[in-house]
Amino acid sequence: MGKRIGMEVGIAAAEAVGLCNIDVAAVYPITPQSHIAEHLSDIVHDGRIDAEFITVESEHSSISACAGASATGARVYTATSSQGLMYMHEILPIVSAMRLPVVMGNANRAVSGPLNIWNDHTDIMPQRDSGWIVMHAENGQEVIDMTIQSFKIAEHADVMLPTVLNMDGFQLTHMIEPLEFPTQAEVNKFLPDRVPYATLHPDKPMSMGCFNMPEIFTETLKAKDTALINSKKTIVKIWNEWEKQFGRAYKPVETYKTKGADTMILTMGSMGETASVAVDELRKAGKPIGLVKLRLWRPFPLEELRMAIKGCKTLIVMDRAVSFGGAGGPVATEIKSLLFHDKDRPRIVDFIMGLGGRDVTVENFIDMVARAGKKKDESYEYYGVRE
Amino acid sequence: MNTVQNFELYAPKLIEKREFFSSGHRACQGCGEVLGLRMIMKALGEDVVVSNATGCMEIISTAYPHTAWETPYIHVAFENAAAAVGSGVEAGLKALRRKGKIADRDVKSVAIAGDGGTVDIGLQSLSGAMERGHDMVFFCLDNEAYMNTGIQRSSATPFMAATTTSPAGKAIKGQRTGKKNVAEIMVAHNLAYVATACPSYPLDLMEKVKKAKAVKGPAYVHVYTVCPTGWRAASEQTIKLGRLVVETGIFPLYEVENGKYRLTMETPEPRRPVEDYLKLQGRFRHLDPSDVAKVQALVDKEYRKLMHKVKTSVPWS
Ligand SMILES: Cc1ncc(C[n+]2csc(CCOP(=O)(O)OP(=O)(O)O)c2C)c(N)n1
Ligand code: SF4
Ligand SMILES: [Mg+2]
Repeated sequence: MGKRIGMEVGIAAAEAVGLCNIDVAAVYPITPQSHIAEHLSDIVHDGRIDAEFITVESEHSSISACAGASATGARVYTATSSQGLMYMHEILPIVSAMRLPVVMGNANRAVSGPLNIWNDHTDIMPQRDSGWIVMHAENGQEVIDMTIQSFKIAEHADVMLPTVLNMDGFQLTHMIEPLEFPTQAEVNKFLPDRVPYATLHPDKPMSMGCFNMPEIFTETLKAKDTALINSKKTIVKIWNEWEKQFGRAYKPVETYKTKGADTMILTMGSMGETASVAVDELRKAGKPIGLVKLRLWRPFPLEELRMAIKGCKTLIVMDRAVSFGGAGGPVATEIKSLLFHDKDRPRIVDFIMGLGGRDVTVENFIDMVARAGKKKDESYEYYGVRE
Repeated sequence: MNTVQNFELYAPKLIEKREFFSSGHRACQGCGEVLGLRMIMKALGEDVVVSNATGCMEIISTAYPHTAWETPYIHVAFENAAAAVGSGVEAGLKALRRKGKIADRDVKSVAIAGDGGTVDIGLQSLSGAMERGHDMVFFCLDNEAYMNTGIQRSSATPFMAATTTSPAGKAIKGQRTGKKNVAEIMVAHNLAYVATACPSYPLDLMEKVKKAKAVKGPAYVHVYTVCPTGWRAASEQTIKLGRLVVETGIFPLYEVENGKYRLTMETPEPRRPVEDYLKLQGRFRHLDPSDVAKVQALVDKEYRKLMHKVKTSVPWS
C-alpha cells in the first residue's frame, strides 16, 4: 500500500483508472466531471499508461465508442455527469443487453431544467432501469477502491455487465482528501486481464447487436435481469477479496450505530458522512438512532437491507431526486414496494432534499428525525422548501 | 463510356468470388442498397469489422438468430453506430494489437449507415470520427429517404421528391430543398479520400472501396442506391436508374484524392435530360413540365459547381 497523500477526489478517480491497465477511454467533459477527463488525458498524453483516449464530440459518442471498443475485447472507461448521462441514456440499455463490461464514473449533478450544475441524484435515477450495476461511493477512498473494483466486477465471467460508480459532484469530486493508493503491483494482483467472452475480430467473425423478434425479446430481457440479480453474489465476493487484500470492507448495505436503533436514516452517497455526525449527536442525547447507507442501488440488495433495518420502526429515506406526479422519491418508493409484504416493516418517511446542491446540514438531519417522529402518514415531503 | 468494357473477360479476375454478405437476407426485390452493400463487402474482403447503423440493411440482415454477415459485425443504434461505434472499434483493435493482446494483423474498421444515419441524425458522430482521424472507412448507402421506417424524407431526399413526410400536396409539392452534399462536408474534413459511387457501375464502385480501404486514416464513400419500394419504381429498373442518375449528371461519379477532384465516369455531353430519370419513378409523378425545368436547373447548377472543382482543384500535397 502506498502512502497517504492529499488529492482532489476527481483527480484520484482518474489516477485509479490509470492503475487499471485500460485499453481505451472515451470521455467528454462536463462540470463537475471535467477534472476526470482532463487528468485522464494527462495520464495518457504523458505516456504513463498505454491506452487510446478518444476525444469524442459528445457523450452519446463516448458511450457508443466505449461499446465498440469493449466489443473488440478492450478494457474501457468513460465518465460523465448530468446532461451527459442523460445524453447517453439511449445507449445504456444496449450496452448492458450486449453484456459489454464498460466501466463508468458519474459525478452526480442535477439535471436541467432549470440548469443547475450542483449535486443531487436526478441524473442517475432515470438510468435506474438500464440494466447497469449502479454503485455509490461515500468518500474519496471509496472512489479509488470502487473504481478499481468496478473493472473486476464488470468483466467477471459471471457478471459481464457495465457498471456506473456514482460520486457526488463537487461535494465529493472536488474535495481534497487524504487518500491511499494501492501500488501498481497490488492492483495487478487484484485485477486480472480481461478475458472477453466474444470479440469482434476476423479470426472468428460474429454478429453482435442483432434485433429480436417478439418471440425472443422477452427472453433476452429476462436474461439481462437474471444476470443483474445474480451479479450481487460476485460483487460481494469481489468486495471480500478486496477486504482481504487491502483491509477495507465493502458491503452492499453499510450500517452505522444501528444496534438497538428504532429510527434509522437511509442515505446514498456522500451524504452519509454528514448523517453519521447527526447520528452521533442524537446518540449522545440518548436517542436510539442509526444510519443505513445503500452502496449498491442495482442490483437492489433487498436481503441485506432487511438485515440492516431489523427492529427499525421508522425508516427515514433521504431522496435526492423526484418522480414528478408519482409516489415520491425513487429510493423510498422502491423500498416501500420491496418491503410491502413484510409484516413488521418500518414506517417509511420520505424526505426529498439536497436537490441541485442545496446543503443538508447536521442540524437538518436532526430536524428531519424530529419531523419524522410527528408524521402521521407515509406521503413524501420536500424538506426545507420555501413555500 | 458508361458501360464496363470486356466485363465478361475481366470480371472473374477482378471481383472477389467470396461473399461476405450472404444471400437469404430479407431485402426487397430489386433493392439497390443491398446490391451496393454486397459489392462493398466483396471489395473490402475479410479483414474488416463492420459497425452498422439502424436502418434497412441492419433490419434485413440480422433477425436474431440469423445473420447475413460473414465478417465481424456490430449494430448498436441509429445515429452513432456508424461513426462513434466504428471509432471505438478502431481504437480497441489498435490498443489491443499494440499491447499484443490480439493477432498482429491489419483489420479495418468500417462503418456503414443509410442516408438518415449519415447526413441527418448521424452527422455529428460522423464529423467527430472523421475529424479525429481514425483509421476507418465510412460508407453512406444513400437511398434518399428513411426507408426502414416507411419512406420519410431525409436531407438527402432530392428536390421535389414525394416521401411520406414530404408528400406531393396541393400547396407543397414534395421535398422543398435540394440534397445536402455530405461528400463536400467530408472533403472539408481534409479526408485523404472521398468518393461517390453507384452499384450500377460495379467495377468503379469496388475500385473506390479498395482505395478507401487502403487509406491510412479516415475515408468516406457516398453510394447512391436505388430503392424501388420507396421510390415507387419497378424493381427491374434498379440498374437502369443507377445509370440514368449518372448520365443525367444528377449524381456524378467522382473521387477526391487529397483535395483533387476527378470524374471517374465521364458524363456524356450533352447530358441526358433529367426527365428521362424522373419519369421512371412514382415519387416524381406529380411534377409538371415547369417543375421538371426547376429540377433540371438545380441539377445543372450542382453539376457546374462540381465541374469547376474538377477543372481547377489541385492536390493538397
Ligand atoms: C434515435 C432514433 N430515432 C429514430 C429511429 C427510427 N429509425 C430507425 S431507422 C430510421 C431511418 C433509417 O433511414 P436511413 O438511415 O436512410 O436507412 P435506410 O433504412 O433508408 O436504409 C429511423 C428514422 C431510431 N431507431 N433511433
Ligand atoms: S425498402 Fe428499399 S432500401 Fe429497404 S430493403 Fe426495400 S428496396 Fe432496399
Ligand atoms: Mg435511407
